[in-house]
Amino acid sequence: MSLRRTPLYDAHVALGGRMVEFAGFDMPVQYGSILEEHAAVRERVGLFDVSHMGQIHLSGPKAVEAAERLVSCPVASLRVGRVRYGLLCNEEGGVVDDVTVYRVADDALFLCVNAANIEKDYRWLVRHAPAEAGVRNRSDETGLLALQGPASGDVLAAVGAGAAAELKRFAFASLEVAGVAALVSRTGYTGSAGFEIYAEAGDCAAVFSALLDKGEALGLRPAGLGARDTLRLEAALPLYGHELDDTTSPLEAGLGRFVKREAGGFIGAEAIERRAAAPAVRQLAGFELEGRGVARAGYPILESADEGAREVGTVTSGAPSPTLGKSIGLGYVPPALAELGGSLTISIRGRGVQARVVATPFVVAGR
Amino acid sequence: MADYEIPQELRYSIEDEWVRHDEDRFVIGVTDFAQQQLGDIVFVELPKLGARLVRGDPFGVIESVKAVSDLFAPVSGTVVELNEQLEDAPEMVNADCFGEGWILALEAADDSGFEELLDANAYQAHVQEREE
Repeated sequence: MSLRRTPLYDAHVALGGRMVEFAGFDMPVQYGSILEEHAAVRERVGLFDVSHMGQIHLSGPKAVEAAERLVSCPVASLRVGRVRYGLLCNEEGGVVDDVTVYRVADDALFLCVNAANIEKDYRWLVRHAPAEAGVRNRSDETGLLALQGPASGDVLAAVGAGAAAELKRFAFASLEVAGVAALVSRTGYTGSAGFEIYAEAGDCAAVFSALLDKGEALGLRPAGLGARDTLRLEAALPLYGHELDDTTSPLEAGLGRFVKREAGGFIGAEAIERRAAAPAVRQLAGFELEGRGVARAGYPILESADEGAREVGTVTSGAPSPTLGKSIGLGYVPPALAELGGSLTISIRGRGVQARVVATPFVVAGR
Repeated sequence: MADYEIPQELRYSIEDEWVRHDEDRFVIGVTDFAQQQLGDIVFVELPKLGARLVRGDPFGVIESVKAVSDLFAPVSGTVVELNEQLEDAPEMVNADCFGEGWILALEAADDSGFEELLDANAYQAHVQEREE
């Protein structure tokens, strides 16, 4: 099957981006050095193409009611112009996807969803929303850029969208960006301050090139999925398919604050409570490696460093942290082993390497 | 096509290692093409001194931010010296892959494996094939 391309494919190739497959899309993993792209976001500003992500709209008199029943976060109380993070859960309390919910109008909202889950989410929404909730998949028509880092507001000001600086975190507004009608949202997936810019797919290349052009003097660098991953890991933000999947409970993943546990009323709520009432089986823990190496996703977590030690968990994400200069990771372990300060052993190609459970996020950047 | 340094005086394996014949031993590293493909190198796992390497077999691991890659022995022989500097400064492989970023030195029973390696022109062609 041939890979899909975002509207910025040609721009990535022209910038020397190394293109790799991600969720069926041909995406830049890096343009130059991942470490430098990472540092640009933490210290100045980086620009990501995340047009592969999906946007599914709900509209009409039943839209809010339907969304309230579909996502784990409150929707009716979400004001127009505000965003909330939440989870689409299945009847067993597993996670169909993690999404951001945008309240566009009293009777209209959209979910920004993971690229790998667009079709699955769309089918799930159509199946569970009443016909009057008008579910539309606008992923192909919509482009999305993420402008992230402390200087991101300055870059927007340089392309005529200085009003974005007035947005509070998790708020959005319709603004012209480089003369193009866009929705600018003060959100991101890096742990640094920043914005996400939604525009019609056909307008995206113009916005991207204007931001690159005006951002250059402010230290802007295009950044690829490699840096996006190390940035989100430092911020301990979950990645679907790694920390979350159809069998994970949001509570195991440490996402309880995004679940309306008192109100309930969403698909999966009863199962989540049932699982919460039973002894916990596993908990997501953040760890720092004390020995040398990199703990990669899928590596076993062992009970101890002793020969023949039992496997008690699995690394879900791991990378060298460019900000901290050490290896960090996330993994599921029995709750007793998830205690802060506790010791874990990661099996790296058969070699047991010590790790310590630490508080997350690993890195707190200015927001 | 990107620019890669391919020194004339070295020999190369198809797995992107270079080999220099220094009197009684062979010094090994990864090529400029390989280090550029890997990107920022964050970890190099070396064998032990005295280990016997067999041509074509993996003998160590090199890790970039995103990926783990095996290192394959370009010739057979016994490890007589390791670049221990790489333990604390794996980024030397990016900065100077043919110099300070060398990986290890081997002693071999004979030169036969070395003679079968690619010369600079053949390696250049091998790189170009994959670039296209």
